[in-house]
Formats: sequence, C-alpha cells, structure tokens
Amino acid sequence: MMQADLTSISWLSLAIWLPVLSGVLVLLLGGDHKATLTRWLALAGSLVSFLVTLPLYTLFDVQDGFFQFEELLPWVPAFNMHYHLGVDGFSMPLVLLTSFTTVIVVLAGWEVITKHIAQYMAAFLIMSGIMIGVFTALDAILYYVFWEAMLIPMFLVIGIWGGPNRVYATIKFFLYTLLGSLLMLVAFIYLYHQTGSFELADYYLLPLSMQAQIYIFIAFFMAFAVKIPMWPVHTWLPDAHVEAPTGGSVVLAAIALKLGGYSFLRFAMPIAPDAAHYFSTAMIVLSLIAVVYIALVALVQKDMKKLIAYSSISHMGFVTLGFFMFSQLALEGAVVQMISHGFISSAMFLSVGVLYDRVHSREISAYGGVVNKMPVFAAFAVLFAMANSGLPGTSGFVGEFMVILAAVKFNFWVAFFAATTLIFGAAYTLWMTKRVFFGNVTNHHVAELSDLNKREFLILGILALLVIGFGVYPQPLTEVMQATSAEFLKHMAISKLPVTGY
Amino acid sequence: MDNMQFDLLALLPELVVLGMAMFILLLDLFILPQNRFMIYGLSQFTLFAAAFFTFKTHTPAVGFAFSHMFIDDTLSDVIKLMMYLGTSLILVYTRKYLQDRNLYRGEFYAMVLFGLLGMMIMVSGHNMLTIYIGLELLSLCLYSLVAFDRDNPRASESAMKYFVLGALASGMLLYGMSMLYGMTGSLDVSDIANSIAQQPKSPVLILGLVFVVAGLAFKFGAVPFQMWVPDVYQGSPTPMTLLIGSVPKLAAYAMTVRLLVQGLHPLALDWQDMLVLMAVLSIIIGNFSAIVQTNLKRMLAYSTISHVGFIMFGMMSANANGFASSFFYISTYVLMSIAGFGIILLLSRQGFEAEEINDLKGLNQRHPWFAFLMLIIMFSMAGIPPTVGFYAKFTVLQAAWQAGFTWQVVLAVLMATIGAFYYLNIVRKMYFDAPEDHTPLTAPVDMRFILSVHSLALLGLGLFPEVLLGVCGHSLLISLQ
Repeated sequence: MMQADLTSISWLSLAIWLPVLSGVLVLLLGGDHKATLTRWLALAGSLVSFLVTLPLYTLFDVQDGFFQFEELLPWVPAFNMHYHLGVDGFSMPLVLLTSFTTVIVVLAGWEVITKHIAQYMAAFLIMSGIMIGVFTALDAILYYVFWEAMLIPMFLVIGIWGGPNRVYATIKFFLYTLLGSLLMLVAFIYLYHQTGSFELADYYLLPLSMQAQIYIFIAFFMAFAVKIPMWPVHTWLPDAHVEAPTGGSVVLAAIALKLGGYSFLRFAMPIAPDAAHYFSTAMIVLSLIAVVYIALVALVQKDMKKLIAYSSISHMGFVTLGFFMFSQLALEGAVVQMISHGFISSAMFLSVGVLYDRVHSREISAYGGVVNKMPVFAAFAVLFAMANSGLPGTSGFVGEFMVILAAVKFNFWVAFFAATTLIFGAAYTLWMTKRVFFGNVTNHHVAELSDLNKREFLILGILALLVIGFGVYPQPLTEVMQATSAEFLKHMAISKLPVTGY
Repeated sequence: MDNMQFDLLALLPELVVLGMAMFILLLDLFILPQNRFMIYGLSQFTLFAAAFFTFKTHTPAVGFAFSHMFIDDTLSDVIKLMMYLGTSLILVYTRKYLQDRNLYRGEFYAMVLFGLLGMMIMVSGHNMLTIYIGLELLSLCLYSLVAFDRDNPRASESAMKYFVLGALASGMLLYGMSMLYGMTGSLDVSDIANSIAQQPKSPVLILGLVFVVAGLAFKFGAVPFQMWVPDVYQGSPTPMTLLIGSVPKLAAYAMTVRLLVQGLHPLALDWQDMLVLMAVLSIIIGNFSAIVQTNLKRMLAYSTISHVGFIMFGMMSANANGFASSFFYISTYVLMSIAGFGIILLLSRQGFEAEEINDLKGLNQRHPWFAFLMLIIMFSMAGIPPTVGFYAKFTVLQAAWQAGFTWQVVLAVLMATIGAFYYLNIVRKMYFDAPEDHTPLTAPVDMRFILSVHSLALLGLGLFPEVLLGVCGHSLLISLQ
C-alpha cells in the first residue's frame, strides 16, 4: 500500500523543479547583506532536492530495461510536444550524481563566495534542476530546452565569479556549445517532419536511410562531442575550467561533461544505429587520441586546474571508447566511469579550490611541501590523486578496467593504447601531487597554510568515502544499468535501414 | 442605408481611434501643461476602447465593408489587438522620457494614434488603394514623429533620410500596384488573384510584382532595402525608434499577407525566390554588421534586419505553416523589441541618453532586477530557450525545412550562433563589468511594474508557447481559407 503511494508521486518533476524553485527563492529572499540566511537557504534547498532524488534509486526496478517513473503531459499540442520524463539505468545514477553534486557545490562556496552570494547559489540550484531535466527528458524539444537553458546559468557563473580571463572563456564556452546544439536542433526538425512528433520512442522506431542516419549522427556528434568534449573540439574546456570558480569547475566536470556522454546513449546511437556502427572506428580513434594525446598534454601543464581539465578530457575518452565497442561490459564500464569521474573530478577541483582559497594561485610552482602544513588535506589529496590515476580499490579503477577488459576482446591495439592511460594518468597526477605536496616548504605562502576546516573536511570526507566505497563494491552501480544496457545493445544490433529488395 | 450602417459597424474600432485622436488634438489646445496626464490617460483609454470594440465586434465570419475595400476577418482582429497592446506598452515606456525632454505634448499622442489608425487600415485593407492610404497615413505620422524634437539636428537629419527613402519605397509600391492594375483591371485583392490565375504570366505582371515586393521589403527593412534602418534607428530619439521598429512590423506583415498571399498567390513561385534571397542576405548582413557596433541602437537596428530575415524565412515557404510561423515570430519580435527599448528608455534620464553598449556596464550591480529583465530579453532575442525567442526561431526554421529549404536552414542556424555573440556581449557588459555610472536608476512605478511583467512574459511564453502559437496559427488559417 505504502509502496503504491510512493510510486504515484511525480519524483522526476520534483527532482527538476524543487531545485529551480529553491533557486528562485534564494534569489528573492537572499542577498549579500543576509549572507548567512542565503547560505542556509541554499543548503536546505539543495538537501531537499537531493532527498527527493533518492526514491529514484530505492524504487527503481533493476529488472526493467526500459523507462521508469514516466510522466507524460501535453505541452505544446501545436507541434505535438510533450512534457515527457522518465529514467532508465543509464540516466538514474546521473540524476543522483547531479543532485548530490549540487549539495557539495553549495557547501564548497560557503565562505568562499562573498559577492552576489544569492545569485551564485541560485545559479547552481537552477542549473541542477535544468541538468536533471536534460537527463530525464524523453521529448526531444523538452530535452533541447533544458540542454540550452543550462548554458545561461553556466555562462553567468563563469563570467561573474571567474578568474581574470573569464569573459573570453565564458563566451567561447557559450558559442562553442551553442553552435553544436543548433545543428542538433536541425536534426530534430528533420526527425519531426519524418515522424510528426518529438517523442524519443518514435525516433527509435523510425527507419532511416544510411545517408539520413549519417547526417543525423554528424549533427548530434557536433552537439555532444563539444560537450564531452572529444578531441579536437575540446579547446573550450581548459579555458572554461581555469577561469571558472571552484563550484563552476565541479559542475562542469562532474555533470556538464556527462550530458554529452549520456546524450550519445540516448540520442545519437539509438536513433542512428547504422551510422553509429559506420562511424565506430572513427569514434574509437578519436577516443584513443583523447586518452593518449590529451594525457600527454596534461603532463606538461603548469596550472593545476588546467591539468585536471585535460585529465577530464582524457578520462572522458574512456567513456566514448566504451560506447563504441558495442559490448555490455564496455558500455557499463563507460557509464561507471562517468559516475566515478563525477566524484573524482569534483574532489580534485575542490582540492585545488582549498589551496586556491588560501594562496590564490593555481600554479604548481607556487606550492611545495604542503604536506608539512596540511597533513590531513594532503592525505585526502593523495587519495584522490590515486583514484584519478585509476588505482585498484578506488572507483576510478572500476570503469577503466571494465573498458580495457572489453577492449582486449575487441582489438588488442585498442586495449593497448587505452591501457597506457594507467601509466600516463599516474604520471601526470602523481607528478603534480609530488611537486605540490611533498618536499620542503618552498615559500612563505605555503609556510602560512592552515589545515582543513570542518566544512572542507566534511566535503572531502564524503567524497573520499564514495570514491573508496564504489571502488571496493561497485555492485549497486552496475546492477541498475544491466537490464538497460542489455536492451540498448539489442536495439543497436537491429539495423534501421529500410529493406530494399530481397 | 442598412448596408451603410453595417459598413460603419465593421470599422467601429477605426472610428473610435480616429475620433479620439482628433479630440485629443483639440483638447490639447485648451488644457494647461500640468494637466497633460489627461492626454496620456485618454490615449490609453482610446487603445482600451478600441480593443474592447475589436473584441466585441469580432465574429469568425469574414466581413467586408465599402464594397470590399475593407475587410474585417480574424487575422485583422488579432493583429489589431496586438497593435493596441504594443502601442499601449510604448506609451507607458516613453512617458518619462518625453517629460524629461519637454516633448510631453498632445501632438505626440495624436500622432501616435493617427499612425495606429493608418496601421489598422493597412491591416484591414482589401483593396490596393486602401492599403496604400493606410501605409501613407502611418508613414507621414512616423516621419513627423522622428522630427518631433525639432531642435535636435540628428533627429531632423534622420527624419529627412527616412522621408526621402520612405517616399521612394511608397513610390515603388504604387508603381507596382499600377502595373498590376493595368494587367488585371482591378484594385481589389481577390479580383486580382482571380484575374492573374486566368491569364498567362507576362513580363509586366512580374515587373509589377517586383516593385510591390521591393516596397514591402523596404517597409520591413530587409536587405537590400535595409540602408535606412541603422541610420534612422540611431538618429531618432529613442521613443521614436521604438515606434518605428516595433508595431509597424505587424502592419507590414499584414500588408504582405494581403498583397502577396491573398492577392498574388498565383505568382507565389516568383515572389518566393525573391523572399529566399532577401531572407538569406538579411540574416547574413544583419548579423555580421551587428557584431561590430558600439552604439546600442545601431546594434539593435542590425539585429532587427536579421530578425526580418528570420521572419522572411517563414514567408518564403509560401504556405500556411510558413506564414503562421512568421506571424508568431513577428508577435514575439514586437514584444521583445518593445521590452528591449523599454530598458534603454529606463536607463536614459534628463540630459543623458543611454545609447552606447557601454552604458549598460555593471547594470547587475546598479540594479540587479533590471539587469535580469534585460538578460531575459537578450537571450530571447538570441533565441535561447526557455525564452519565447527560441520558439520564434524554431517555428520559422521548421516551416522552411518543411518547404525544402535545407541549406538555408543550416545557414540560418550558423548565423544564429553569430547573432548570439552580440547579445551575449550585452549580457557580459551588464554582469561581468564594473559600472562606470553610479546614478541611481529611477522610473515611475507603473513603468517598472509593466516592464517587469512584460519581460517575464517572454519567459512565461517560452515555457508555455501554446496559446500564442495557437492564436497565430488559427487566425491565419481562418483568414486564408
């Protein structure tokens, strides 16, 4: 009885609109002169928003490979658009990741942000709702509206609270992503005139000629590859990351990049499966370039945030690699990698944020011997560095290992190049850790450092638990996506080409 | 006699506006300057009364008056209601500006109402001459309004430009109409359509069409007839720019529907080509030129040209879907441009004109709420969801795609990215830069309130576009049957 009541609640709508509403509330009630109220209001909003996403996990039916928690309402009948939401095994963990990260971001900005506090908190709360909208929309235009709407708060976050070169970075970020997404809109218009609807389910069943599929795939690729970002359209990311405030970097790395990865699974591949197979070699090559070449680029970075940004691109290469090998192990590995990277990259950016708040420098050379002054922090940072380089026992290992394992079966050389990440990843992360944390105290800035305060300890502690937790026991994560990935591969195996002749 | 009564009933709103405009002109002679608010109130009342009668006398059936010279259909009623709303908003936003500059005079309101009357006649014209008379009434009012601040040399210059080029365009339109009359023997829109459908295509007919399209394009400000737009926008006092740039676009749209669709539909294949060319060029030239502007009004002028390009994207599809999407685009465009200029008027004060993009610097620190409203307006103009500007672009693009204009749609999409740049630039100035001017922003309460509701409506319509989409699509479909 109780169960029936719980399932009748529109959890997804709550997950989307609660953070948006609390963001509006923070904007209306908060302000710089009532900073404490603003912060607590934002924290309460983000916590409640996180709590309403938990039932998505507890009530999730792991046997069901299709959409759950569906909500369907007419929205714009003139164009047959619907307010259609739903989650499957791929999107549900990402929804939870989003609402969780928002709590972390609110906490991370607690004392650090002193100007326009209400606008800052509200931007992240609203963004959280919008991104959950992207992950749950099953109507193409609804999805598109969320997808584009996300750009507005992100644009403001980087531009208002960012570093010195923020204007360049944020406009580059916006225009890059906008260009990609507008081509996706053209693809949606094409599909609309083919099917007469914006329902994703109709697109999945629509037979398409190879030429049409190739065009559609390219249009989607432009939108998603920019977002992930894949080499060679990744250049906006290091700029945006470096200039963004810590919270902005965390959301960008932990969630925004996943929007691109997720969208490949939701749109590009199932709508144009034959084109996906056709382009799989090219996609694998691009992914490997991201994995290997970008890792080498990361190695030479002098700026910590830039290094982590490149490391993100390199890790996301694993995600796309996992997608295009069309095996269940690789696919699940890729999704696990997305979630795990969400935790690890947040933790890495937060660690840089901890140092930046104290010293106001992101240069690796500005530090040295931090461990002497901040032993607790150094312990956390080393753990996250290990996780970033894929040490067994951390969540970073699970996804990468699954993808590499699948790659061995697929093609030895793909596996070989993918596995180099374990070396390069360790090289750039640990080398940075060594230069920043170990050795003697190099300058008076470092000498004056004070260790983590309670708030920072809490944030990093939670993330550390999650990183180790999912590293040791990834089962809860993999079991929710098994049915979905099986269905996905079944769908991908069926050609959508119209049958011509016998 | 009964017939005459019915005729007058059909144009009751026009009669109300005409009567009140003359009354206001007379009344202004006899009242003291401190009672001028009566004039303002009466003008708003006129708009309200006209809206009331338009709404009240509305029937789904098509009514004709004065032997088919005047048409009263759903499309004309809807467009007129939008015009009243737009004009009413303009009057609210311009009041303080006019008061500050000693331009708060009865002639302004009378002229605005006469201009509105001209537009109403254009919308309801079912005869080439009626349409032309309406257009001239509108144009004469606009010319004199631009020069209204007679001691301002820039305004006089731009009035002169506007007048010379506008007269040229009217001449072209009239010339085209005369050729069509010569070939069809009628000035009535339906008769022309019937006559053209029954005769072979002749060069004179096409020549007439070219002149008519050129005249329309001039009124819209589409490339290659866009030259007047930036100069007139920049040179005119801001309230006059607002008057030129917003509501008359609705009238120009109605005129296009009457002339091209209802009158010259048999020649659709011929005018379609011209519209395609103008649409593509307008989007390209408008967007690229807007990027380099430092003057806000001039930038908005070029952005208008690119919006006109998008509007023509719908029209060039030459079907009901296309014209409905253009109608939706124009209604949202009128709302957006009035709101945008509303903010500019708000930033201006006695002795200071907010004209440069840099005048918006640090608006978020000076007044976060107005900055937020301008943010919505700018993103709406750029076509970013969840604002209504997105649906405007979406509807015209899907209509053009349906009509088979594939590469034009892709091009328009690329240009929209370029367009986003200069709108973002404004957001950037407002949010990322520090203010240079710390004068507190003051505005009358009614203006603040209405501007807030108006800008938030752009967001609201973006979340729930159904009603406006439905009204635009429905009214056009009924009228084209």
